[in-house]
Amino acid sequence: MPAPTDPTPRLADYAHPERLVTTSWLAENLDTPGLVVVESDEDVLLYETGHIPGAVKIDWHTDLLQPVERDYLDGAGFADLLASRGISRDTTIVLYGDKNNWWAAYTAWVFTLFGHEDVRLLDGGRNLWVAEGRELTTDVPTPDRGEYPVVERDDETFRAFKEDVLAHLGNGPLVDIRSPQEFSGERLHIPDYPEEGVLRGGHIPSARNVPWATAVAEDGTYKPRAELEAIYQEGGLGLTAGDSVITYCRIGERSSHTWFALRYLLGIDDVRNYDGSWTEWGNAVRVPIVAGAEPGEVPASVKQQVAA
Amino acid sequence: MGPMSDATLPPSLAEIREEFLALAERDRLQLLLEFSRELPGLPPRYESAPGLLEAVEECQSPVRAFAEVDGDVVHFYATAPQEAPTTRGFASILAQGLSGLSAQQVLDVPDDFPLMIGLTRAVSPLRLNGMAGMLTRAKRQVREQLAA
Repeated sequence: MPAPTDPTPRLADYAHPERLVTTSWLAENLDTPGLVVVESDEDVLLYETGHIPGAVKIDWHTDLLQPVERDYLDGAGFADLLASRGISRDTTIVLYGDKNNWWAAYTAWVFTLFGHEDVRLLDGGRNLWVAEGRELTTDVPTPDRGEYPVVERDDETFRAFKEDVLAHLGNGPLVDIRSPQEFSGERLHIPDYPEEGVLRGGHIPSARNVPWATAVAEDGTYKPRAELEAIYQEGGLGLTAGDSVITYCRIGERSSHTWFALRYLLGIDDVRNYDGSWTEWGNAVRVPIVAGAEPGEVPASVKQQVAA
Repeated sequence: MGPMSDATLPPSLAEIREEFLALAERDRLQLLLEFSRELPGLPPRYESAPGLLEAVEECQSPVRAFAEVDGDVVHFYATAPQEAPTTRGFASILAQGLSGLSAQQVLDVPDDFPLMIGLTRAVSPLRLNGMAGMLTRAKRQVREQLAA
């Protein structure tokens, strides 16, 4: 049985209010049966320094990704991972993490590929929980093993590959959520972040640049629905509920944060995240790239290939 | 002797390496956490002039670090936010492992030292780039000061 929905009024405006929880709701519901809190951070040690009481840790590098191929774990691996964290198929999962929930949103996205029904984000993430002076502990829980079935990952509904993006060009909106300097090609990576070896700078033709942080308020929570609509829908990017949208960034983590907002807060059904993102596109041979601040045109050659 | 031999490591770094390798993979994270807690504070002259410290762009979180040659002895200083314990751990390993070495000893530290301490799977190679970046810059700073 899923945990109750957070009844906080400001969440009720979102298309899927059941996908977000506030820090105060979580603090009061930590002992709710069937609810498991999961921390996913960029920093692999942050959980060890102190975490929300009862929370388990899932790391994107060492848990979600395969060690050799650039892909996520398979159905058996996923079942084993979640069961080991005391999660069953009907468990309510509340995710939170550092860096404005980038990795928490990324983990939520991966969980969604496996069709886990009840995945929620802690609005404001770890930063807000800490800023509010809420309890942290270094006690690592040892949960009873969950019962998790082996489910095949769905790589079509919410995930886009490079070929999908090529086929999408000229047919639907692309949202590039990187910094303006990465979008224009003047910079190949985020300031103060690892250089991940991208050969070319710029963006995918026709992509519109809306940096991920545009979606959050100063305290790291998502902006109210009306403000998100003004950014992404009428008066802003112009996305409509019926659009097929693809989001991307550098490796797919920041774009998961925007994917979550478009899919669950604005209720756009068809939003895919391109996890190959710029570290694939910027290294790929013979894909079109646009440099500069303008979205640019989809080259005629690509349109012909897609039509053929 | 393979390329991962520690024959060329100065005793300070060899000892750190042995400490890590003596542990099971999961426990190595705890040791890295201990290192992160031991990162010494900056000397006052850097605290008052943080511009002297050079930002290391490879690092996942903002870190500033500087290798200083005093006579022939190197000191390595670094600062990183509390909410970036992995970065602090990397900086602390270098602060403890490089400080007190001669300039030549620092220049001779293998560039792949970060890959020699058994953290590749527990932390991931991408994250270890952060320590490699700090080491590369420390060596460059030592070379610059020797040339000055």
